[in-house]
Amino acid sequence: MSLAGVEHAGTAPPRAVERRRHHPVLRYAARRVAAGVLTLAVLSLLVFAATSVLPGDAASAILGKQAHGPQLQHLRAEMGLNHSIARQYGDWVGGLLHGNLGNSAAGYAAGGQVTVWSQISGKLANSAILALLAFLPIIAVSLLLGVVTALRATGWLDHVVSTLTLIPAALPEFVLGAVLLAVFFTWLNVLPPVSLIPPGANPLDYPSELVLPVLTLVGVSTGYAIRMIRAGMLDSLLSESVTMARLNGIRERRVVVRYAARNALAPSVQVFALIAQYLIGGILIVEYLYNYPGIGKELVDAVAIHDNLEVQSVTMLLATIYVAITIAADVVVMLLVPKLRTGGR
Amino acid sequence: MILSRRRIAPLSNVGAWIGAVVLVMVVVIALVGPWLAPHSPDQPIAAPFTPPGSGHPLGTDFLGRDVLSRLLWGGRSVLLFAGAATTIAYAVGLAVGLLAGYSRSWIDPALMRSVDILLAFPALVFILLLAAALGTGIWSVLLATAVIQVPGIARIIRTATLEQSVRGFVEVAVLRGETTPSILRREILPNIAGPISADIGLRFTWSVILIASVNFLGLGLQPPAADWGVMVSENRGGLNLNPYAMLAPALILGALTVAINLVSDSLARRYR
Repeated sequence: MSLAGVEHAGTAPPRAVERRRHHPVLRYAARRVAAGVLTLAVLSLLVFAATSVLPGDAASAILGKQAHGPQLQHLRAEMGLNHSIARQYGDWVGGLLHGNLGNSAAGYAAGGQVTVWSQISGKLANSAILALLAFLPIIAVSLLLGVVTALRATGWLDHVVSTLTLIPAALPEFVLGAVLLAVFFTWLNVLPPVSLIPPGANPLDYPSELVLPVLTLVGVSTGYAIRMIRAGMLDSLLSESVTMARLNGIRERRVVVRYAARNALAPSVQVFALIAQYLIGGILIVEYLYNYPGIGKELVDAVAIHDNLEVQSVTMLLATIYVAITIAADVVVMLLVPKLRTGGR
Repeated sequence: MILSRRRIAPLSNVGAWIGAVVLVMVVVIALVGPWLAPHSPDQPIAAPFTPPGSGHPLGTDFLGRDVLSRLLWGGRSVLLFAGAATTIAYAVGLAVGLLAGYSRSWIDPALMRSVDILLAFPALVFILLLAAALGTGIWSVLLATAVIQVPGIARIIRTATLEQSVRGFVEVAVLRGETTPSILRREILPNIAGPISADIGLRFTWSVILIASVNFLGLGLQPPAADWGVMVSENRGGLNLNPYAMLAPALILGALTVAINLVSDSLARRYR
């Protein structure tokens, strides 16, 4: 933005009119997307190097170390491993850009071509449902408790919540999950220990299978979210604009809603973006723990059987979602806080 | 209600003291546990998933081994590998951060870009990726856990160093003709030691959580290793027979991470 400012400084009025056509938020978004694409490009090099270059050859990994001769040659040709490393990388990234995640090594091992997408599309949807079901209560509870404890900071509720939220934030997901399993399966026997959801079925049709995975994700991350929302709201309540509004005799209700809460919105968006990103890592553990048929369990299984072709594409897919969340949050903050659009020169 | 910043000072240090006591207890159990174990951690003593009884107060695991003995053995690997990962990460991060903050040469932008790249990933996915590349096992996990933390550590050290490097006493040292390594060691390091000590605690918690999680996923330490993360994973099948085989290692691991977090949280507040 600073560069653009310099460039247009002192230009004739027609240029200034032309400049208005590009909304500043749009320009900011475009720049962030460009930076995100660059990050992902570098990342793709790293991922490709890690999964394709280091440990020998995917074809011999499938056929076993003693494989040689025509069988190996044939598979190498089929998998495109005869091409140069640069060509392989180009083919892979070119495929990704066209939405083609390539074939899975497990498919080649079974003797055919199985696309990674056909392996993961259903599981991706299952994970999205799980993540969304966890995300909504996290938002609701953390907004409610975060704002209330900020308004009544140092009150009894604040003390209780502040102490209680410190604990789960440092718990590994599988530790909380183990406790929940012991309570709700072993002792109360009200919920199933594993999510037996058949392939292709909608997880929403199996509500009791979803309770524990959702509860685990919510339990581990809500404490952090509450603390962050409280801190943002408190910062806002203690700001000079709020003090000024109070001194102007504006009613407290209006001060809280119009002045304090509005200024706390931007940091809250960032908190929720962090939570959404956390969920991408959290579902790995939770899905494995409860045998939930999602993308996280799929990735863990792919690593376990050394299906590096699938690992590299799934990793890039998750990284893309991750980066997209960051960019989306930054743009939303930009929309919410007009000051940022002109600031930073 | 009008609040002043002073009134919202952190709560009492009760949490930190409880954390410290629990932390010492868990560390002592982890370190001297193997000598206290009543049975071998590898030999079956009863039928699989026998509920608690005399001679085996926490029952037996999926192979009939004594859960208490495995619990007493299983803390060493947790502390050892998390400690090693944190040490490696800090050794590299400290060197890079000091240089980037003090010299402000090409290292600085390189550091910032690498932070950007590694932040485009969930840490766990990065570890899985490295496990896929180098082969699963504790050594890949150890390396990945260290690598993923280096940029974050380096950035914190860089910021702290930057703050100190413009101070008068640093300028005086430069004018005295001291060498860069000696300035970093004698002028800057002692002044950033406080905030670092709090950060080390948080990083160690993070290392424990990451390594235990990967062990739980079955991609790190392999059975028959007695390790708290591995134990939780391998005893999932016995929930209705002997839940303590899964619950006990989970609880002690949770106590460890929460305790370190309580202690380093209070340390961090002191230096903020």
